[in-house]
This record gives sequence, structure tokens and C-alpha cells, in this order.
Amino acid sequence: MTLDLQTLLAILGMAGVTYLTRIAGYWVVARMALKGRLAAALEAVPGSVLIAVIVPTILLTGPAESLAALITLALAWRLPVLAAVVGGIVSVVLLRLLLGGA
Amino acid sequence: MDDLRAGIGFALPLIISVLPFSLLWGTLARQAGLSALETALTAGLVFAGSAQFVATGLWTTPPAVAVLVVAVLIVNLRHVLMGAALAPSIKTWGGLRSHAALFLMADEVWALALQRRARGLLTPAFYFSVGVTFYICWVAGTQAGFHAGGLIEDPAAYGFDFAFAAVFLCLIRSFYVSWRSLLPWTASALTAALAASFSDGVWYILLGGLAGAAAGALFPAKPPEAPK
Repeated sequence: MTLDLQTLLAILGMAGVTYLTRIAGYWVVARMALKGRLAAALEAVPGSVLIAVIVPTILLTGPAESLAALITLALAWRLPVLAAVVGGIVSVVLLRLLLGGA
Repeated sequence: MDDLRAGIGFALPLIISVLPFSLLWGTLARQAGLSALETALTAGLVFAGSAQFVATGLWTTPPAVAVLVVAVLIVNLRHVLMGAALAPSIKTWGGLRSHAALFLMADEVWALALQRRARGLLTPAFYFSVGVTFYICWVAGTQAGFHAGGLIEDPAAYGFDFAFAAVFLCLIRSFYVSWRSLLPWTASALTAALAASFSDGVWYILLGGLAGAAAGALFPAKPPEAPK
């Protein structure tokens, strides 16, 4: 159990800025009445952020990943999350064998 | 009580899919030169997977504090958008509880909370059962990875690297309202793809999110809600 002072400083610094990013949007929006276009913009944030996070995997990696993403999405429409996730993983493994890649 | 159980039940698939990453990060933290205590402090205080991976990638001995802090800030800028989207639901919970909720706002916790809200069922009990369960499993997983070392050396070998994307695709599905939802999503995907292709770092997440928000403002997915 060792704890280096400069390492502690780095950890606290990273934790501090992370928490700042987590409260910043809340602080701005919690003080405003949300309606009209601003509400519509925030309504679009969840799906948009989730898609942006996975774009490198599903669009920029290769055909196996892009196809597996489509299959996962189709499964997610019908099945519980865990089943769709397992189906997605199985399909990416099979597609990589078939098409090559990662 | 039902909300507590529902929260843990909803969190379970996400935890299983994130487990390989927590093990892997614990292993990387050890390789980067962190002690067990430092690994636990980072996982427990920063509690942001992608930022932690970037940090261990940039880790030096002794650590370059400013470089790490700026890199983590950039990776986490998407939280600003996420907190804004979550704000209307949690601001009535009281200062302490809403700020504790924001500390636990990992991508997966946030997405499950908004999914629950879309059904009109988001309560503090649900949020904190998801958040605390996720938190405990993340910190425990990183410690397991630290001590077991190399348990999962290459998640891609078993398709685990795709688990993260698969979970997110399932979560995205729950935010589908009408075909108009596809407009901001397409805007986000194209912007993020361009940004990821032509710039370094993780700006693509923030730019994609902003493009989606702009498209949502221009073409609302549903008519304005009546005041509650």
C-alpha cells in the first residue's frame, strides 16, 4: 500500500475536473426553465452522445463491426438487453472470422 | 423497494459487459506503475472508464499532473451535455442528493436513468441502486484486474471489445421516439465519424453530441410537452 504525493495530486486533479464536468451542465440547466427548442435540443442529447461514443467501433473499424452493429440493433428491438448484447458479441466474433479484421 | 430491485436488475447486463474493461484497466494501472491503493483511489474518485484508460496511457513516473488533468478534462467534456440532459429529472431531489447523483453519472448509469425517465419512473431509489451497484462493481473489478494481472489481456480476442458498443446500441434503442429521432442521431454519427477521422483525441464525442442537439432543436422529435 504505497501512495506517492505527486500521484495523489494527479488523482485528485483528475477526480476534480471529472466532477466539474459532471456538475457543469446541471448547474446551467437547473437554473433555467426548459421549453421549446432548448428542451428539444436536450431531448436529442442522450441518443446522440451514445451514438457518437461508439462511432469509431461501428462505423470506422471494418465491415464485421458495422454489420454486427446492425444485427445488435435488430436484436435490441425484440430481445432483452443481455440477450441482444450476447447476440451482438457472437455475431462480431463470427463476422470477424468470415470477413477478417481485429 | 421495487425500485431498488429494478435498479440492480437493469444494471446487471451493463455490469457484465463492463467487467472485462474494469479487469483490463486494473491490469494496465499496475503496468503503468500505480500501487493497489492508487489504483483504487483513481477508480473510486475519478470513476470514468474512458478517462481512466486515457490516463494510464499517458502515465509516467512521476506523473505529469497537468497533462493528465487536461487529457481527462477533454475526455470528460461530454459530461457537460449529459448533466444538462439529466438536470430536469434530478434537480427536485435536493442539493446533496442531486450532487451525489452527478458523482455517479457514468455513461451507463446516465443512460439507464434517462431510459427510466422516458417511462416516467425515475426515482432516487432507482438511480442510486443502479449507480452504487455500478460503482462497487467498477472499483472491485479494477482491483481484481490489478491483483490477477493479465486475466484479460486482449478483450478483442473474444469479441469483448464489442460488448461496450452492443450495450450502447441497446440503450440507444430505448431513446427511439419516432422516425424524427433518427435525424439528430444521423447528424451525430456523421459529425462524429468525420471528427474521429480527421482529428486526434476524443473531440468526436462532444462534436457529435452537439450536432445531434442542434438537429434536435431544428427538428423536434415530439411536440412540446404540456407543463406538468
